[in-house]
Amino acid sequence: MFQIRLHGRGGQGVVTAAEILSVAAFAEGRHAQAFPSFGSERTGAPVVSFCRIDDREIRTREPVMEPNAIIIQDATLVHQVDLFAGLVHDGYALVNTSRDFAELGFDHTLMSFRHDRFMTCPATEFALEHLGRPLPNAALLGGFAALTGQISIEAIDTAVKERFEGSVGERNAAAAAAAYAFVVSKMKELTRASSD
Amino acid sequence: MTDQRVHFYQVGSFAVGNRLLSPDDRTVQSQRDRTNSIDSGHRACQGCGEALGARYALDAAMRATNGRVVAVNATGCLEVFSTPYPETSWRIPWLHSLFGNAPAVATGVAAALRVKGKGDVRVVAQAGDGGTVDIGFGALSGMFERNDDVLFICYDNEGYMNTGVQRSAATPPAARTATTDAVGPEPGNIFGTGKDLPRIAMAHDIPYVATATVADLHDLERKVERAMAMHGARYLHVLVPCPLGWGSASNDTIHIARLAKESGLFPVFEAEHGKVTSVSTIRRRVPVEQYLSLQRRYGHLFGSNARPDIVARIQAIADENIARYALIDDATESQEMSA
Amino acid sequence: MLRQIEGSRAIAETVALCRPEVVCAYPISPQTHIIEAVGAMVKSGVLTSCEFINVESEFAAMSVAIGASATGARSYTATASQGLLFMVEAVFNASGLGLPIVMTLANRAIGAPINIWNDHSDAMAVRDAGWIQLFAETNQEAADLHVQAFKLAEELSVPVMVCVDGFILTHAVEGVDILDQASVDSFLPPYEPRQVLDVDEPVSIGAMVGPEAFEEVRYLAYLRQRDALERIPEIARTFNDLTGRDSGGLIRTYRTDDAEIVVVALGSVLGTIKDAVDIRRDLGERIGVVGITTFRPFPSEAVRSALANARQVVVLEKAFSTGFGGVLSTDVAMSLRDMDFDLRTVVAGLGGRAITRRSIEEMLEKAQHDDLESLTFLDLDQGAVERERERMRTVRRSGPSAENLLRDRTADLSKAVRRGA
Repeated sequence: MFQIRLHGRGGQGVVTAAEILSVAAFAEGRHAQAFPSFGSERTGAPVVSFCRIDDREIRTREPVMEPNAIIIQDATLVHQVDLFAGLVHDGYALVNTSRDFAELGFDHTLMSFRHDRFMTCPATEFALEHLGRPLPNAALLGGFAALTGQISIEAIDTAVKERFEGSVGERNAAAAAAAYAFVVSKMKELTRASSD
Repeated sequence: MTDQRVHFYQVGSFAVGNRLLSPDDRTVQSQRDRTNSIDSGHRACQGCGEALGARYALDAAMRATNGRVVAVNATGCLEVFSTPYPETSWRIPWLHSLFGNAPAVATGVAAALRVKGKGDVRVVAQAGDGGTVDIGFGALSGMFERNDDVLFICYDNEGYMNTGVQRSAATPPAARTATTDAVGPEPGNIFGTGKDLPRIAMAHDIPYVATATVADLHDLERKVERAMAMHGARYLHVLVPCPLGWGSASNDTIHIARLAKESGLFPVFEAEHGKVTSVSTIRRRVPVEQYLSLQRRYGHLFGSNARPDIVARIQAIADENIARYALIDDATESQEMSA
Repeated sequence: MLRQIEGSRAIAETVALCRPEVVCAYPISPQTHIIEAVGAMVKSGVLTSCEFINVESEFAAMSVAIGASATGARSYTATASQGLLFMVEAVFNASGLGLPIVMTLANRAIGAPINIWNDHSDAMAVRDAGWIQLFAETNQEAADLHVQAFKLAEELSVPVMVCVDGFILTHAVEGVDILDQASVDSFLPPYEPRQVLDVDEPVSIGAMVGPEAFEEVRYLAYLRQRDALERIPEIARTFNDLTGRDSGGLIRTYRTDDAEIVVVALGSVLGTIKDAVDIRRDLGERIGVVGITTFRPFPSEAVRSALANARQVVVLEKAFSTGFGGVLSTDVAMSLRDMDFDLRTVVAGLGGRAITRRSIEEMLEKAQHDDLESLTFLDLDQGAVERERERMRTVRRSGPSAENLLRDRTADLSKAVRRGA
């Protein structure tokens, strides 16, 4: 079972992101479960959602305690929330930011995890470019597909277009594809750098 | 039935018997083919205003709808006295659910009738003043606000008579009830409280709001028929004296209801979409004392420890009503003064 | 069709397939998504011949349903927690009148302290209201139970409450096979009321009944619930024939055949319990699970035979009777009276506290060593409780406990942060 925790702020669509991710997994014929952190979320407040993906029926109803991956929609949450709590030692993290981890002050955290599995991605910028609105969900999911390989970009594309009809779906899918390409190329860079 | 010789009695009122009227003007109740929505044999007290009011109202509604009425009833005297186990007085489909939910239950009935394609069947919901102005108020306001196709009739006897005469938000100032005893410096119910439901109903801008008393049954029937000719939420507030709760003689029910109107204490009017469209003017104005003194619930205002000051405050309420609704038409007034 | 769909949405679409004629809506979390979705289907014309009524309270919602049902319309509403309590007088009335209303209860804790998260206090508060109460383990079952609920309710003239864990199920997105209209139509015939407000055949419904017959009327209600014990498994079988799915029924057993310890529970927590049981089974422990799908009427016989060979029964409950202990435990104990067994009550998940697999495993470990107390509160912060008890012992005006606990917690957290920094 692969478990994902998503961090965002009320209004950013963190619950929708988990749902789309689960739909993408479902589209690939896998079992998936997405659910919110069940708060009375107000706009701007920290919000958490979860997604589980497995090849067999998912029975558990506990919150994701030890995520395999964390998606962070808003890096400023680091001041309020223990973003990496429970993340397994070889877990993935994808952070929506145009800055790097050093600038974000994540260096200390990074030391406990695998560097090649921690990735920043300017998802909001991809969203602004393709959607004209700062809604980084689809782009982050594209980046997630690239980073973890847990889901194909085609499935993300399908799920995004299922969630958003017409041109909104097309443009979200384009943002996802752009972020996917961005993360893929960044990962290649990392691989080159480490083999050098 | 054999025809009877008709007598005309002067009964201290302006009414004349039905049989002196042309057939078209006669009440539904005077018709042999009336429906008897509430049949005889029920257990209402002697002189019960509510039994009378409900009987007139429902038979009129039946005539207006060609016999296609469903009645919903709140808990209260009417519900209890009409269905003494294992009998029922109701000859129309009738549903009692709870004390505070008759308006909502009626909404459900109306919705079901609509969805079932029985739009010709009409819904009348009924409650006493407690079920209307107090415990059923939220549900009533909701039904009004949604403009559901229900005629809601409040039979107002100004207190919780079914439970032994306690105060409701329709109990008038100074009236003695079991929970507003006639003791202390301000005996009876306190001034400045209570709800004026007809005006609250009007504030919902519903198609029709009217008041009536059991003293003028032609008027009551006419208003029911008028209401049934309309759709949407309609409200009829009928003053129904309660001999038990008011401490009045059983044979005075009609008389007292008339005095309530003629004193100005109970304004009788109609309103459409929030605006008053007609008032029943006072034919012969009487001081409130005449109305009050027939009822033991006001007994503490008279006699050895008389409280003319309180009577004066009640008179002021009547005067205000008269001014607000223009209950005395100027022509009548000047005529009387010149006489 | 199998779809990845939110639980509330799956319930709403299934309810729509049942062709409800009057639906009343009043918002309360976590039930709102259900009623919103039904409303949208009515407004858009997907669901026809249905009156959708926005009412002013839950009391009105149930009252409208009563009026509609008594007029022969298939009636539905949904609520939770405080909403259920606010309508409770009408809840009793609906069953007393024998009106087959179906209601979804998105289970949620009852305040004070106000809490929007899941537990079963609401369902337990009305267990004696005369409704049939079915508990869903998954969203698939939640959807399926609604189809069965209408059939059951209308056959027996008893209202049915489908209990679905708030947020945990209502807001979870997972695969649910939504039936098609033809299948639902073949399973659920149009509603033929036993009693109806009909101008052509007038009846009085809701008349006063005195001591002469009240007991008989109540006994008839008891018999209808007994009948339900017969009909529920039959309806589940018919449903299985139609869909191939094991939804509904009285109880469901999991690895109980040779089990020495059996955990009994209601609703969605069964999934987590099964995962924990599998792990303990791998360690050689003989543990099984009994899920109660039908809580009212309580399936005593089925429970009794499922637990016949157990040495220890652990009832895990998301509710408790404050002055006593387990609620479900009481029913289980009554079903097992005169049998030789140990019964343990574990109260868990109150107000949405996560019931983790790890905590259940620890509970099972204790049970294995006969170390479980007769009443345990899972994952209780004993220190926090002791601190407040001490405060109440020493200070008369110790203040509101809920706020005190939160203040202590905040203080602890900031201390931890200072230590970390």
